[in-house]
Amino acid sequence: MIGLYHRRAFVNVLAILLATASTLIGLGFLASILWITLARGLVAFGMPLITRITADGAQGGLANAIVGSLIIDCMAILIAAPLGVMAGTWLAEYASRSRLGALIRFMNDILLSAPSIVLGLFIYMVVVLPMSAWSNGAVSFSALAGALALALIALPVIVRTTDEMLRLLPSTLREAALSLGVPQWKLTTQVLLRAAGSGILTGVLLALARLAGETAPLLFTAFGNNFMAHGPLDKMASLPATIYQYTNDPDPAMHAIAWAGALMITLFVLALGMLARWFLSRGHLRHE
Amino acid sequence: MNELAATQHTAASLAPHNHIEVRGLDFHYHQQRALNNITLDIPARNVTAIIGPSGCGKSTLLRVFNRIYAMHPGLRASGEVLLDGENILDPRYSLNRLRSKVGMVFQKPVPFPMTIFENIAWGIRHHERPGRAELASRVEQALRDAALWDEVKDKLGGSALGLSGGQQQRLCIARCIALRPQVLLLDEPTSALDPIATGRIEQLIDELKRSYTIVIVTHNMQQAARISDRTAFMYMGELIEMDATEKIFTAPARKQTEDYITGRFG
Amino acid sequence: MIDHIIKSYDSELDRLTSEIVGMGEHASKQIHAAIDVVERRDERAARRVVDNDEAIDAMEHAISQDVVRLLALRAPMARDLRAVFAALRIAADIERIGDYAANVATRAIALSMVAPVAPARGLRRLAELAQASVDEVLAAYRNLDAERAFKVWQDDARLDEAYTALFRELLTYMMEDPRAITSCTHLLFMAKNLERIGDHATNIAENIWFVVHGAALDAPRDSRDATANPDWPQLGRAPSGEAGQ
Repeated sequence: MIGLYHRRAFVNVLAILLATASTLIGLGFLASILWITLARGLVAFGMPLITRITADGAQGGLANAIVGSLIIDCMAILIAAPLGVMAGTWLAEYASRSRLGALIRFMNDILLSAPSIVLGLFIYMVVVLPMSAWSNGAVSFSALAGALALALIALPVIVRTTDEMLRLLPSTLREAALSLGVPQWKLTTQVLLRAAGSGILTGVLLALARLAGETAPLLFTAFGNNFMAHGPLDKMASLPATIYQYTNDPDPAMHAIAWAGALMITLFVLALGMLARWFLSRGHLRHE
Repeated sequence: MNELAATQHTAASLAPHNHIEVRGLDFHYHQQRALNNITLDIPARNVTAIIGPSGCGKSTLLRVFNRIYAMHPGLRASGEVLLDGENILDPRYSLNRLRSKVGMVFQKPVPFPMTIFENIAWGIRHHERPGRAELASRVEQALRDAALWDEVKDKLGGSALGLSGGQQQRLCIARCIALRPQVLLLDEPTSALDPIATGRIEQLIDELKRSYTIVIVTHNMQQAARISDRTAFMYMGELIEMDATEKIFTAPARKQTEDYITGRFG
Repeated sequence: MIDHIIKSYDSELDRLTSEIVGMGEHASKQIHAAIDVVERRDERAARRVVDNDEAIDAMEHAISQDVVRLLALRAPMARDLRAVFAALRIAADIERIGDYAANVATRAIALSMVAPVAPARGLRRLAELAQASVDEVLAAYRNLDAERAFKVWQDDARLDEAYTALFRELLTYMMEDPRAITSCTHLLFMAKNLERIGDHATNIAENIWFVVHGAALDAPRDSRDATANPDWPQLGRAPSGEAGQ
């Protein structure tokens, strides 16, 4: 008997050691990424970074790229969020058990894991080329096309979280509202979306965080611009695309600016993540 | 079966009037039969308890009374359920009308994610268009009737989700009675509450039965014994016995009822 | 009857039943011993019978406690509730039966001080009938046999008849020979005690009926004590006190 217990104690200790080691390895990589980003990024971090534009090259900053990223990401979220929330609501509340609902949910999952460059190429084909042909080349790559490509990436994330968050709500909440004689649309808009609100908002923020780092789809759509763009139909610079360009440049000063841009994205994503956690924890507090 | 019908008949002739009359009710979950030819009367301004083991169909029966089952596809009720003589299973009977007459409270308290005031006002506004002052007095009256007013009058604008479980459940009852229904359906309303909160709800039920016809489904036989006037025992989708609560718990007529009540099931 | 889901509940109910049966057997022995000392005119044995009654009282106390505990902890329902409730009442009846047996023994002491009279023999038949009722009703209780209990309930009329006959006989004796009045009065009270034992046996029978059927035993029966009837020919009024039930 004692042998059995000893063996179990040994296996227990071994399992704890392995699990801890795995966690440390993962965290170690994360820490070193953050460390390198921070160390290299801080070199070029300073006021010129946010006041000067990329046209100035090694002496310039990233102002147009930062503004461009913000505009494109916000446009993408403004397009994807209402569509995604509505689609997710439809999936959860109206088609939760139908065959069509299951099919759409499955397709959405495929879209969720589609390579982003494919989505960029798709927008290039259906938006950039036709617009260029239609306007005789006056409009080709544009911020709008970039936003559409990013919206395609955010959409399945938002659909999925909305669907999940609504389905997590107790069915008695629906029964309680319906038993007051209230119709389904009132129940959905005034009770369910409100109850799932913090969760859905979290999903939107996480989708935004993901968009902030996307590079590939922007290369074929928003393209890039060394100056401040004027409108949504102009070519527009973005942080990830600019970083990609600068890292291909032989000048080390350009590399430093690229690192500073990477640090900026990292901080942005970190801030969004913390905001999302805060929203989610507030939501949980209210449901307890 | 004749004996059963006979006892029901005499009991019915003593009661004031039958608020709900169920006649030959069958219920199907897809292909599976959940209720089999149920016939019973629920007297007005009385507490009627429905007891029975899990899966006996007691909750299903309750869910027929306000047709809440209709929100799920594939469920089907046939037969007659007469509310004041009108068959509520008739598709022409409007759900809006039915649900303003028949309120329901569930096992877990489910306040809406709104303020305490809005939780009650929301339902009222759907059925009527009261003025601001009238709405406020309606909300207050509902909270008073649900014995919650004194505990929440200073935080009507606060979130309903901050209330304790027992308070939340009384809020749900207030939400129901704010619509001035005639029938209250309670589906295991205290199974998630501690004994003190349970006691408050039971006291409330005792007060509410003066104005409402109450049907309660409960797993707690002592609770059925404490608060109900009549008790129905169901088993495997059938009504085995229905009689005065006192009779059911001291000398039930059917052996199955006796075995269940004395804890000899199995 | 199927067992309870909780086995210990069954064993507690079973224990209550066996406690009642044990108490009843003890009371039955007391009746037998009491009538024995009347015949043997054995004062010391009579005192032993009187002392033994304390044991019955203690048993009743124990049963009451078990009943209270069962009610509080098990919250019995329906048939179980009737069984527990009946146990309490049956224990009280048996306790009274024990008291009457002790009363008979007490009077046996007084009787042994005076000259023996002939009708003392009539008392044995009465005692045998009373004891038979008690034994029979206990057997009915043990098996929860409502029909058997009902039979005991009906047969109480025989005990009443025997009592009435003895009553007349004793009256005749007293009228013939006033010197026998003291012993005959003692015998009269003893006879009344035995007759009351029969009444308690019928109470027990009624309780058994209630346990089994869930309703009170409701059947016509001859009046219990003909001597208590104002129209009874030989005496204007019944003796007050014990006979006035």
